[in-house]
Amino acid sequence: MASSPSPRRAVIIGGNRLPFARANGAYVGASNQDMLTAALDGLVARFGLQGERLGAVAAGAVLKHSRDFNLSRESVLGTALDPSTPAYDVQMACATGLEAIGSLADKIKLGQIESGIGGGVDTISDAPIALSDGARAGMLALGRARSLKDRMAAVASLRPRDLAPSAPGTNEPRTGLSMGEHQALTTQRWGITREAQDELAAASHRNLAAAYDRGFFDDLLTPYRGLSKDNNLRADSTVDKLAKLKPAFGKHLGDEASMTAGNSTPLTDGASAVLLGSEAFAAEHSLPVLADFVDYELGAVDFVSGEEGLLMAPAYAVPRLLARNGLSLQDFDFYEIHEAFAGTVLSTLKAWEDPEFCSERLGLDAPLGSIDRSKLNVAGSSLAAGHPFAATGGRIVATLAKLLHEKGSGRGLISVCAAGGQGVVAILEAR
Amino acid sequence: MADQYLNFATSGFGKTLTKQLGLPAPVTLRRYREGAALVPGAILVVGTSALAAEVGELLLAWGQEVRTHDAGNATLGAIVAVLDEVRAPGDLSAPALTMAPALRKLAPGGRVVTISRPASDDDAPALAAARQGVTGLLRSLAHELRGGATGNGIELADGIGLDAPSAQGALRFLLSGRSAYVDGQFIRVDGAGGALPADADRPLAGKVAVVTGAARGIGAAITRVLHRDGATVVAVDVPAAGDALAKVANEVGGTALQLDVTARDAGTKIIEHATGRHGALDIVIHNAGITRDKLLVNMDAAKWDSVMAVNLESQLRMNEAFLAAGLPGLRLVSLASTSGIAGNRGQTNYGASKAGVIGMVGASARAFGALGGGINAVAPGFIETEMTAKIPFGTRAAGRLILPSLQQGGLPLDVAEAISFLASDAAGGINGRTLRVCGQSLIGA
Repeated sequence: MASSPSPRRAVIIGGNRLPFARANGAYVGASNQDMLTAALDGLVARFGLQGERLGAVAAGAVLKHSRDFNLSRESVLGTALDPSTPAYDVQMACATGLEAIGSLADKIKLGQIESGIGGGVDTISDAPIALSDGARAGMLALGRARSLKDRMAAVASLRPRDLAPSAPGTNEPRTGLSMGEHQALTTQRWGITREAQDELAAASHRNLAAAYDRGFFDDLLTPYRGLSKDNNLRADSTVDKLAKLKPAFGKHLGDEASMTAGNSTPLTDGASAVLLGSEAFAAEHSLPVLADFVDYELGAVDFVSGEEGLLMAPAYAVPRLLARNGLSLQDFDFYEIHEAFAGTVLSTLKAWEDPEFCSERLGLDAPLGSIDRSKLNVAGSSLAAGHPFAATGGRIVATLAKLLHEKGSGRGLISVCAAGGQGVVAILEAR
Repeated sequence: MADQYLNFATSGFGKTLTKQLGLPAPVTLRRYREGAALVPGAILVVGTSALAAEVGELLLAWGQEVRTHDAGNATLGAIVAVLDEVRAPGDLSAPALTMAPALRKLAPGGRVVTISRPASDDDAPALAAARQGVTGLLRSLAHELRGGATGNGIELADGIGLDAPSAQGALRFLLSGRSAYVDGQFIRVDGAGGALPADADRPLAGKVAVVTGAARGIGAAITRVLHRDGATVVAVDVPAAGDALAKVANEVGGTALQLDVTARDAGTKIIEHATGRHGALDIVIHNAGITRDKLLVNMDAAKWDSVMAVNLESQLRMNEAFLAAGLPGLRLVSLASTSGIAGNRGQTNYGASKAGVIGMVGASARAFGALGGGINAVAPGFIETEMTAKIPFGTRAAGRLILPSLQQGGLPLDVAEAISFLASDAAGGINGRTLRVCGQSLIGA
């Protein structure tokens, strides 16, 4: 059914993730490597992959210690997988997980590998704290010094202020604005109301809670450190409760400030992993096939000049992906649009409905149009589950693959925005 | 979890002191190790029947050193008393008194095994008296044995000979270290079905087994033993125990299935997973269980109902699904408990559920037997687990030392060994029965 000219199919066999935990809570003391290893081992146990040599494991983290330069490989060595399974790190901000999975799907389609695990991990609770640039410069100079005089000079160059550690920031390096402040601009530009954002957030909690209640996550999740559910989930969340929260971003907008801690994702710790393979691999190992990974597309926008919003890249990538696959925006049974902020989802949807945007920015004859909102994030998304940056792609792919398999037919569209004005979008098809 | 008294009493000083004070003197039990001798010495076969001669020949074929009538100077690893032809109470005298002097030569970890016919209401009174008498002889003798030696019996139904795979399978199980904590018990062989394994160290080779409650304790031990014995294991536990479950599954190269056994479709999901992933479902171990102890006077509906739902009703429902699927040759083993036989203060709900398991197993035997399989139960006594580690010290010490003949609690491994035997083809002629693994605890029958 897929019209992309792929030589063979890459299929999604299943997934596993840890429950996502609000930062500085349940997972304090767990490193990225600990969590990725646990997510991989849970997947290995679910599918009986002990001692199996997979084609590749691709994963990454956004907030990463320099010692974790080989995070995925080191994690694989700690699992029950065959240690001769190669692994590589991917880093593309919040799109890390989806890019890792997409790159593996490509390798499978090309016949380079038969199987792979893609995913990601992030922890705010164990974020790297670095030396200041001044301290680093001084210490590196000390290392290079050959004479006593040089050494003295290097030490003397250190200033007390250099001793203050440098915590990792998530502000955009080129604008100095946080992601929330960037989104606040976009949210305002598209005239997204506070009520609409709160309604989307409440739906996310409602849908995630319902999915847990019906056992949807029983084979998508492995408990970790005493947690067996995402602890950001508020099953009793309502629009009324969310309406009481004070704005957290865009405060300079005064009364028009609409983005709160309730309709923005919290900082979260967690890890996810998705098993992909060729059809032959799945058949030989008697493994289920949930969905085809049909195609994926990267996007980026010029947000530095203010030309476009930081998180709007998927709005551009989706029409290209649709065109390549001969599909319209309405040809999907499920839409998984990552809820970085409720405003991101709503701005993107509004842009696709807007004739001017679609004509001038996307170069389309007609708008992409509206989607059936009852098909959006039906098992919850990041506002409820949380968003451990690199782990979100794996959460979404496994969730959507299972939704499609349960339905038994149809397609799903994934859209994930990322820092640096980037984004990755993908199409899955039911099996 | 460690039994510190056992460690103390088996140390040099502790051994002397416990002996002088007349305290219980538990020893480390002889447990199965691959490649180890079947028994720690020669085997004395007592009895004059044709079956006794066959037993001697079988043991010789197993490579054992066999004596008849008189042990001579040999250290005995086991005494096998073949009593199938007792006709009247007086017939017990000769074999009992033949065994008597040989008991002094029984090595630590030795075995006494009787082979007899079960008494029935259809028997002549004197015949039934003699046959039933064997059980009292054996059980009392088991209490007298020391040094980790055990006494157990095999009851061969009329018409069942030593050529029945389960007669041989039960004999090998009871002689071996696999039955270390089985003491004072009888295994009834009713059928000639089943098969002996090609490799006695891999009796479950090629089998696909499902173990519920596999994440920890006895369930994890069962999973490991079934894997050791050659089975591919599907480890099942509730989603909330998934992290421990994944570790167990990865350790044994099996698959983890996060599933609440009380779910309506649990049986179907188990069948789908086992057959879909592993091509078959040969063995199911109903191990998942919970305790919610309260005196009945303080009991509430939640505590009562949850125990019944997990320990008993889930098994009934899953068994219906297994029967409906008509899985050929499916063998099941359910976890009962000595609390379901003797009762236990504070465990009316648990005791009801575990006695219920014993009833269920008996009443399900015909249906599973018709498919070429069977269903049995194992009733553990005091087992050293995380759960029993929480029992107050005095009660725990009594459970370990004073009540069982073996003067110690059993290990999860001991329960798992009995389950693996009952799950194997060699137990094909054993159906609808409950085997206690209790070190001959005084509680219960």
